[in-house]
Amino acid sequence: MSTAFEAVIGLEVHVQLATASKIFSGSATRYGATANAQASAVDLAMPGTLPVMNAAAVEMAVRFGLAVNAQVAKMSVFARKNYFYPDLPKGYQISQFELPVVVGGSVDASMDDGRILSVQLTRAHLEEDAGKSVHDAYFGKSGIDLNRAGTPLLEVVSEPCMACAAEAVAYLKALHTLVKAIKICDGNMAEGSFRCDANVSVRRVGATQLGTRAEIKNVNSFRFVEKAINYEIDRQIRIIESGASVVQETRLYDAAKNETRPMRSKENADDYRYFPDPDLPPLMISDAQIERIRATLPELPRARRERYVSALNLSAYEADQLALSADHAEYFEATLAALARPDAKLVATWMMGELAAKLNSAELELTAVPVSPARFAGLLDRISDGTLNSKLAKRVLEAMWSADATADQSIDQLGVRQLSDASTIAALLDDVIAANPTQVQQYLTGNEKVWQFLVGQAMKASRGQANPAELTTMLRARLAVQK
Amino acid sequence: MTNHYDLAYFQAEKARGVSAVALVEIAIERAQIAQPLNALITASFPSARAAASALVTSQHPLAGIPMAHKDLFCTKGVATTCGSKMLANFVPPYCATIVEKLDAVGAVSIGKANMDEFAMGSANEHSYFGAVSNPWDLSRVPGGSSGGSAALVAARVVPYATASDTGGSIRQPAAFCGVTGFKPSYGRVSRYGMVAYASSLDQAGVIAQSAADCAAVLQVMAGHDQRDGTSLDAPVPDYQNALTQSILGLKIGLPRGIFGGKQTGLDADVLSAVQQALRQFEKQGARLIEIDLAHLDAALAAYYVVAPCEASSNLARFDGVRYGHRCDNPKSLNDLYLRSRSEGFGAEVQKRILLGTYALSAGYFDAYYLRAQRVRRLIAQAYQAAFAQVDLIAMPTTPTTAFKQGLQQANPLAEVLADIFTVGVNLAGLPAVSIPAGFSAGLPIGLQLIAPHLAEEKLFCAAHQFQAHTEFHRQVPPAFVVAQVGATS
Amino acid sequence: MSISPETIQHIAKLARLGLNTAQKAAAITQLEQMLGVFDALNTIDVTGVAPLFHPGELALTLRPDVVTEGDQHAAFQAIAPDVSGQMYLVPKVLEAV
Ligand SMILES: [Mg+2]
Ligand SMILES: [Zn+2]
Repeated sequence: MSTAFEAVIGLEVHVQLATASKIFSGSATRYGATANAQASAVDLAMPGTLPVMNAAAVEMAVRFGLAVNAQVAKMSVFARKNYFYPDLPKGYQISQFELPVVVGGSVDASMDDGRILSVQLTRAHLEEDAGKSVHDAYFGKSGIDLNRAGTPLLEVVSEPCMACAAEAVAYLKALHTLVKAIKICDGNMAEGSFRCDANVSVRRVGATQLGTRAEIKNVNSFRFVEKAINYEIDRQIRIIESGASVVQETRLYDAAKNETRPMRSKENADDYRYFPDPDLPPLMISDAQIERIRATLPELPRARRERYVSALNLSAYEADQLALSADHAEYFEATLAALARPDAKLVATWMMGELAAKLNSAELELTAVPVSPARFAGLLDRISDGTLNSKLAKRVLEAMWSADATADQSIDQLGVRQLSDASTIAALLDDVIAANPTQVQQYLTGNEKVWQFLVGQAMKASRGQANPAELTTMLRARLAVQK
Repeated sequence: MTNHYDLAYFQAEKARGVSAVALVEIAIERAQIAQPLNALITASFPSARAAASALVTSQHPLAGIPMAHKDLFCTKGVATTCGSKMLANFVPPYCATIVEKLDAVGAVSIGKANMDEFAMGSANEHSYFGAVSNPWDLSRVPGGSSGGSAALVAARVVPYATASDTGGSIRQPAAFCGVTGFKPSYGRVSRYGMVAYASSLDQAGVIAQSAADCAAVLQVMAGHDQRDGTSLDAPVPDYQNALTQSILGLKIGLPRGIFGGKQTGLDADVLSAVQQALRQFEKQGARLIEIDLAHLDAALAAYYVVAPCEASSNLARFDGVRYGHRCDNPKSLNDLYLRSRSEGFGAEVQKRILLGTYALSAGYFDAYYLRAQRVRRLIAQAYQAAFAQVDLIAMPTTPTTAFKQGLQQANPLAEVLADIFTVGVNLAGLPAVSIPAGFSAGLPIGLQLIAPHLAEEKLFCAAHQFQAHTEFHRQVPPAFVVAQVGATS
Repeated sequence: MSISPETIQHIAKLARLGLNTAQKAAAITQLEQMLGVFDALNTIDVTGVAPLFHPGELALTLRPDVVTEGDQHAAFQAIAPDVSGQMYLVPKVLEAV
């Protein structure tokens, strides 16, 4: 990005709520049914049919509101957004407009550079999804499948408070983690359970007013969000630098071409004539209901992070990495629970170090890790009790990665056990001192640089099995005697 | 001329062993006599006969007795047109809740009653299937939008018919046709399967010859429905019980503005007939109390903003995609919408859709829609304040008797003004009844009684006690006197 | 209050009603007449009065999250104007979202 400009990004995320039935009807919400098999009279907007609100969708919205420390509205109102489109059977979408169920709140996201980004939310509201249009299959006509019509959505709207694609993606990932952790969404992006629209504008650095924004619709992977936003920022800067101005419009991201382009209008003049839905009286949520729902919430990332620092003595950085992701937290805590002698620091170091490195090179997510927390704990136990040094432990982990064996089985199989026996180490050190007289001499005359060389030689002589602490202490002692 | 052709008559026939099939034949024969009224859109005689013969013997007061549904209640397997070309061929694969409930007790529907298209109108002249005539004078309108239901009951085709009331559509045709029309509290009866006109005003009800018969039918129709989010989860009292209560000491409020003789457009005969009827109440022990009831003109304005606004949105689903009328060879999606809708909807419906779209659109929303809803609260409060003083409020149902057909084409506002006494009740969601209270030049006059929210029992009691001492509700239009049923005068 | 031909055109477009010139002119007359009726709204002071959207101040009733509806496409599509392969068909939609 040109340093003369800054970007302002806000995201609107449609979170599909994991209910069994639709928001206003008793149809199933299952993905992948044959066309219109899950479209009931209400979903088809048959004459005389009426919407009746799903209690579980309300509960999930409240869970979200509590999880992001937002205000859960005591009274919220469903409104009709009126427009014609064949995937919208009633000719209006039931959504929330002036009075949404969730107001404010924030989501904490950890950036790759270790920074924590706190993204303010404007609101989250309940609404129904539309159906799908299928093109090109019906000889110049479009097919309409209304299975998705009426699927419950929670639209989460952030403040325009992100400055680059990386921040947007970090927020999106944190939100994704959160909605899965509180079990309101399956998070399946390929099936459209978590969809993102990005509002992007740029302005000259120092400008106080927001620039004209473009809305990029339906960018459905973290990678595409990043690419689409970056493309859009560049496009807008080029326009402004050429002296022209950005047009407020809706654009579609084309992943194949990696570009955004204006969407052809739905032939609607942009006047949705929102008004309170007369079929749906206001949604009232009592304090008692809110407290009942609060009691069912799992520990939330924010609270977990604080506990990791205060009770487990992890560093802030370690706590961020492990607490903000539900998968990491789960693995971390399962490992910790399985240890013979609890050592949170040890688990954190090994999870974020060697385990993360191996996952990375294998291109695996933590959820697909081949070493279970129990087996991982078995390995860490052997580090704590001195059986393994870190070098050996890495070899054992390597072996455990491809074989379904416990740490002890792998240790026996590899025949690797840390050498801590003093007399064996002493004999080994004698050999090293005898074999390297020059370096010993240099050390004795004050050249500390050769110290590492001598340790290395001793380690090598033990085939990496010596207890490093023991080995260095004894080597110092022996050389001190010679001084 | 009076005739017995009410529920009691059919129940007595049943009691002396006449079969449900034979009872249905009586109604079918009457329907043929009443054909010139054009009150039925769909005559489902074969299915009525089949239903009657399949009926299991039942003691239920409605079992085996013929009736008709207004053609906006969805009837599985029977066309439900809403009086519109848009739905001329629409055969729903589901039933309205009230249809299911009446079916379940053994009510036998002989067909679907004509109505103003999508319930928009007060004269039943806006039906794709032709205008309905008033049984008292075939050159006059029966009122609307439940004109078919009212005409069928007045002409003694069926003892009762279902109906719906958004701004007076039960009470006004009941008044014009000399029958009893009962509009329950908003939420008392399920709206599921009733094609919507204006959702916050629509309420299903019944038209019959007497309050007692209305009570028997509402007993079946009323109650909570899981499929309607605005349906009230309140117990349904025993309405038969209410009928026999005394009206001694009952306080009836008479709005000064109306009874002071200063109401523009209020016919003198109508006013004096209503005053006469109220004296009968007084004679039976009720107390008449003058009250103030503000905002009548504003109620009319608020209604004609709110109803079209909601309608413009409710009728957006008729797009030619999933059911209903579709234009021939649409060239594009837009062409499909424009032609299907302008071909399928009649002029009055299109007018109200345009009006509602306008009042909701950017720049006008606050001045019309929102302001009307604020006025609506004041109207509801005005009723509430009045009910702090009195048990019921009385007024004429309509300012005039039934007008000539074709009048509304010459003066569309005349049809609008016919609703002036009825719309306030819908805005406030109150129950009300129109009962026959006299005649002017051979045309019936209706008295409207209005009760507080969910106080249907008070209406049944007062209306029944009045009818126990009067004969207006027993009067039969001369052309439709029932030959085979003993005439009593 | 007068309504311009542009306004009626815009409103008809929003409402997806295809009106010819004569129908538009008639609509203008009818709507202006109704706006005259609406003037009565302005005779009342509504300062500080909250709108009443539902009579009786109802609160939303909720239904349990239970699947009650099965596959009924055959019954519903039997009354549809144009279907193929279980899809409702419409003239080609230009851009999918
Ligand atoms: Mg949005
Ligand atoms: Zn949305």
